[in-house]
Amino acid sequence: MPRVVGVDIPNNKRLEYSLTYIFGVGRTTAKKVCAHLGLDPAMQARDMTEEQLTELAHHLEKTYEVEGDLRRATAAAIARLRDIGSYRGLRHRRGLPVRGQRTRTNARGRKGAKKTVAGKKSVKGMKS
Amino acid sequence: MSRSTKKGPYIDFKLARKVVKMGESGKKDPIKTWARACTIPPDFIGFTFLVHDGRKHKKVAITEDMVGHKLGEFAPTRTFRGHTNKKEGIKAR
Repeated sequence: MPRVVGVDIPNNKRLEYSLTYIFGVGRTTAKKVCAHLGLDPAMQARDMTEEQLTELAHHLEKTYEVEGDLRRATAAAIARLRDIGSYRGLRHRRGLPVRGQRTRTNARGRKGAKKTVAGKKSVKGMKS
Repeated sequence: MSRSTKKGPYIDFKLARKVVKMGESGKKDPIKTWARACTIPPDFIGFTFLVHDGRKHKKVAITEDMVGHKLGEFAPTRTFRGHTNKKEGIKAR
């Protein structure tokens, strides 16, 4: 399996999908990249020539922010929010939802698995 | 939905006027304000504001990174001190 942009090893799937294994490349970007380089989206990575791979890696790195660079940029953006003491930064620090979602129920993605509190009434009980 | 670009950012006119005045006089006293919804333009950098949080005014010193945010983002309106302790019956902290 060939390596593209550092560590990523897209496997024996259609190129338009195997490219999405790269962090920062989704289906839209994958299709765009194929079209731009004149590669058949149905082609599999193992059938690619060395030149095609080099060209692909070069194009990805030049045009898009992928993998480490993208991760770093995201982390920097969050760090900035934290440092200036904004509300959003505060929510990031606390590990709570940042965009105004409810926290009475749900928000499990941010808060992690449920921590049961003894004596706490259920949601049904809270209504009345 | 975000604000239309046509209108430009919302900047509290009276507050901006106060900043200009302050800039001319060369002083940099904190400016008391209730305009939490006011976007921070680049000319506010270096000034200090006392932004109302619903109860009192919180000191907010504007730095370059804060441009484009709103004043209210830096003065939280809620104070959460943890949940009530059932046994003790008092608030934590």
